Amino acid sequence: MAVIEFQQVSKCFSRTGGSKLLRVFLEERLRKRHQEVFYALRDVSFRVEEGESLAIVGANGAGKSTLLSLVAGLTRPNEGRMEVNGKVAALLELGTGFHPDLTGSENVFLNASILGLSRKRTAECFDAIVDFSGIGEFIHQPIRTYSSGMVMRLAFSVAIHVEPDILIIDEVLAVGDQAFQAKCFDRICEFKRAGKTLLFVSHVPEMVKHLCDHSIWLEHGRVKARGTPEEVLEAYSGHATAGPLQ
Amino acid sequence: MWNGDYSFVLSNLVKKDFKVRYRNMSLGVLWSVLNPLVTMGALAFVFTIIFPSSKQHDMAVFLLCGLVPFNFFAMAWNTGTGSLMENYSIMKRVTVPRELFPVATVLGNCVHLLIQIGILFAFTLGSGLGVNRYWIWLPYVWLMEIVFVCGLAMATSAINVYIRDTRYVVESVNTVLFYFVPIFYSYDRVPPQIHGIVHYNPVAAMILALRNILWSGIAPGWPLIRNLTFCSLLTLGAGFVVFRRLKAGFFDHM
Repeated sequence: MAVIEFQQVSKCFSRTGGSKLLRVFLEERLRKRHQEVFYALRDVSFRVEEGESLAIVGANGAGKSTLLSLVAGLTRPNEGRMEVNGKVAALLELGTGFHPDLTGSENVFLNASILGLSRKRTAECFDAIVDFSGIGEFIHQPIRTYSSGMVMRLAFSVAIHVEPDILIIDEVLAVGDQAFQAKCFDRICEFKRAGKTLLFVSHVPEMVKHLCDHSIWLEHGRVKARGTPEEVLEAYSGHATAGPLQ
Repeated sequence: MWNGDYSFVLSNLVKKDFKVRYRNMSLGVLWSVLNPLVTMGALAFVFTIIFPSSKQHDMAVFLLCGLVPFNFFAMAWNTGTGSLMENYSIMKRVTVPRELFPVATVLGNCVHLLIQIGILFAFTLGSGLGVNRYWIWLPYVWLMEIVFVCGLAMATSAINVYIRDTRYVVESVNTVLFYFVPIFYSYDRVPPQIHGIVHYNPVAAMILALRNILWSGIAPGWPLIRNLTFCSLLTLGAGFVVFRRLKAGFFDHM
């Protein structure tokens, strides 16, 4: 059974971003003006088996984040069929729900609960989370006093303690100093060795090559190429340097 | 999809609300005490000095019976309406159940409500009105008001994602409501033709029930309790239905 399966999935958004003021809303109703839509993803098909990891590469706005949002269950496709089996943890953004005026430990509890950790589990993991982040005594200070690297380290520590079946990582590994990055990288390798599934968006070729078995290249919402990370990255980097300035 | 711990998230969101609001104020929680007292002072001045014909006995208790539930209602509804957009960054990233946000915001306001109820009791006892056996109704009528606001906030917070003006509509409704519920006048002054409307408005029913219990020392009355219960539960149900219908489109509209 595939852990993630997409069959000709398309996702479109309204050009106005969806949110409206009353005036626009009424205009649309009264004049039956058609909403302009654009496709963030079009006819995307792929399959990820258990324990495999897939890298997604592509330029900004190619639809990578939309694809991850679909897998994370945040929104539904407009066309096509998709299936996701297992508990998903999406590191689409670090520190979701972090509030600058709360202390580090208060933010850990809030963030952990939002990510789906139980009260008991959070209490059990708390020391490990603080330890992994390397924040030390600062954990009792409001996080507005932290450096941005410290905030990210704390956020990443919470996220990796969620223990999902499928881990989705969206370019968040560029956090902290080199030592911390190495620690994160080890943690993800460990996760992979445990036979879990990984979905990975990154612009760092070494990481993609090291972590992923397959890769797809998205361009303007369509799959432009697929294959091993080496093949896809080669095609992608050749395109990026040959193409006009973006 | 999301199989976390509802009560854990809820308690964390409520705590966050409370801490964030008060941590940076030098007077902190004292503002919850001062706010209703200031309004009460102004109203008491107007209705004892300028319109003395409206003066009631134990004016402070009379006014607080109106102000405390109204303030809670207005604040909770208003902040509840904005709750989804306020937590927009979370909703864009995590599948945490969306219903938790308006509910947490309303419950967060209950912390202030508790403080204000404390003031109300202090004034009631201080005026020598004393405790009577109808006080056992108090938890029930407060609960019904919370239920009512939750229902309203669920509906308007969801609509607010689609149409951002909703929050301003809510603000205006609150302003109008201040004059249409018996806060600074008594129910007897309301023409009998529109008694029904006042009765079926849970905020007004709530105020009347409180006044009966605390200020007049009589039973809230069965019709009042029945209407309050009926309207509050109906609103909660309707709020749930609206929310369920709209929540699938939240992500795309944010």
